[in-house]
Parts: sequence; C-alpha cells; structure tokens
Amino acid sequence: MATDTSTHAVVLAEDDDLAILGTASQWLESGRNVAIARVIQTWGSSPRPVGSILAVDDRMHMIGSVSGGCVESAVVQEAQGVMAGDAPRVLEFGVTNEVAWSVGLACGGTIRILVEPLTAEAR
Amino acid sequence: MKQSTINVLRQIRDAKRPAVLATRLADGRESIIDPEQPDGLGPAALDAVRTDRSGPVEIDGEEWFLQVFNPPLRMLIIGGVHIAQHLNTMARQAGYDVTVIDPRAAFASTERFPGTTLNHQWPDAAMAELTPDHRTAVVALTHDPKIDDPAIHAALESNAFYVGALGSRRTHAGRRERLQAADVDPALLDRIHAPIGLDIGARSPAEIALSIVAEVTQVLRRGGAR
Repeated sequence: MATDTSTHAVVLAEDDDLAILGTASQWLESGRNVAIARVIQTWGSSPRPVGSILAVDDRMHMIGSVSGGCVESAVVQEAQGVMAGDAPRVLEFGVTNEVAWSVGLACGGTIRILVEPLTAEAR
Repeated sequence: MKQSTINVLRQIRDAKRPAVLATRLADGRESIIDPEQPDGLGPAALDAVRTDRSGPVEIDGEEWFLQVFNPPLRMLIIGGVHIAQHLNTMARQAGYDVTVIDPRAAFASTERFPGTTLNHQWPDAAMAELTPDHRTAVVALTHDPKIDDPAIHAALESNAFYVGALGSRRTHAGRRERLQAADVDPALLDRIHAPIGLDIGARSPAEIALSIVAEVTQVLRRGGAR
C-alpha cells in the first residue's frame, strides 16, 4: 500500500453495501472527493445484481463493484467528473450501446448505473 | 448521496431494522423510507424489503431508485464442532452474521471461533433469545440429540428460511421419530434439510461446510421448501 500512487487503482474486497458506503464516507472525511456508483437496473444476464455499489475517490481508489470488471474503468472515469460537480448521471452499458465496443459487457446483458457525488452537507 | 444518509442507514442497520433509500434519478434527491411508515413510496418500499429486491420505480411521472438495506443474514450454528469452524468462516464470507451455540464451552471457545459470537446456553434458551427470522439459517451439527433436537424443534416453529441437520438418512429417521413424539407437526419435519448440504460428494469438514453454504444459498435465492 505504501507504494500506491494515484495512477494505480486499489481494489479492496468488500461485499457489504453499508461497509462500502462507510469506507466512502471515511474517504470524504479525509478530504478526498468521492462518487458513489450503483447498479439501478439490469436486462439479460449481468454480473452484479441491482443495488451493487462501487465507491470511487479522486485518487482512483475503488471499493465494491458494479460489474465483473468490464465497465468499472469507464465508471471510474465518469465518476471523476461527477464528484467534482453536483448532478448525478445515469450511465448505460450493453451490447446495443456504442460504448460497448470498448467497455461492453462480455455476458451480453445491459446495465444502468447511477453515479452521484458523495456530499458532506445537505444539497 | 449525502454523508448524513449513510450515517442514518448505519444506525438503522445497528438496530437490525430494514430501510429503503429512495433516490430521484433526475437530481439525486434522496430520502430514507421506513417500510413500516407508509407514505407515497411506502407500498413499493415494503414490497422491495419483503422480496429483498432493489430497483427503479416511477412515482408521479418521476423515476426513483429504491435500494433495500435489509438487516444482515444470520446463521445460527448448533455445535462448535470441526465442520462448524469451516462453516463459520465460509458463512461469514457469504455475508452471514454467525452465532455458534453450544453449551459445551470447550467446543464453542474463542480459540476455536475467534471473533465469532458464542452462546453457551442450552439451544432452547438460546433460540428463544435469538428468535430466528426470515433472514436466519439454523444449522444443527452436534450429532447429539440432547443438543440438536431442541434447537431443531425451535427452528421449525420459527420463521427461519433454512433448517438443516447433520446426520445420515438413518440418523434423520430416528430424529423425525423423536421430534414427532415431542409433538412437532409432521408437516414441519419436512422443512428439515437432512442429510445436510448439497450432494457434491463432500468428505472433509471443509467440503461439508461448503456443501452446507451452497445449500443454504440455494434455498435463500431460489426458495426450495422441502
């Protein structure tokens, strides 16, 4: 961990949704910008069920997951923009999506992901 | 998502109660719904909690995402035996809050089960205190009718989603007779998964534990009353 730099994402294994959010909250406390991505809908086969959570900070640390790894990097990119602003974004990934060429789901399903900033105060 | 929302969700979790987080997709507005306090999103939230399924809903022309935060799954293991040591580890990895119940303190010891909640009462007392609910699996592993039977008896009369007992078909036939003699409804006896675990040819304690976790998962996710 000591050699970790901002260019390398660290993936921590954690399955409990609230534990993931708790870690995200700690990241925010320590002064980092944080975004929360959640799977809100799936069609066909998908690697992670609705409600799965991925938290991302501005140093590309990740905890949790929203897929089997196929769309995480795209979500992490989007998250960087979201955490700086205010508005949530809804992303869609799947074989019918143009983006699928680069980050499509190998399983052939489609997923919708809500990405929103984690904020310390009431908006 | 607001940090205060996470704090409230964690308080509800600590109280072992369910909660639903509703998020409006258009602008991220959010509120935590108590599924027992009906409001506009109440019926949908109650349904989400019952089925343990999060998902999008449309309310008054607006799309919301309802995310269920159910209390953790629990597994009550009767008997601090060798299989239980492996089952404890595997079940915890699968998301279960494990309690090992065994009046024999030498079996249910912290050395054998570090970090796990231990209960040294007799199973009938322990079960009355722990009240298995629809998120609880009960697994009897002692092979000793004095300890297993009262636990199974209590589990069958609870809402536990899974009740399993270690032992061969012959052992289980004897168990059925004893429980029936103790006035357990024969229909309830069919709920007992025995011999315990999916039939994968498991031999070692770890393999048997694996087969138990697999069977509990199957019942949780697919239903499968026997």
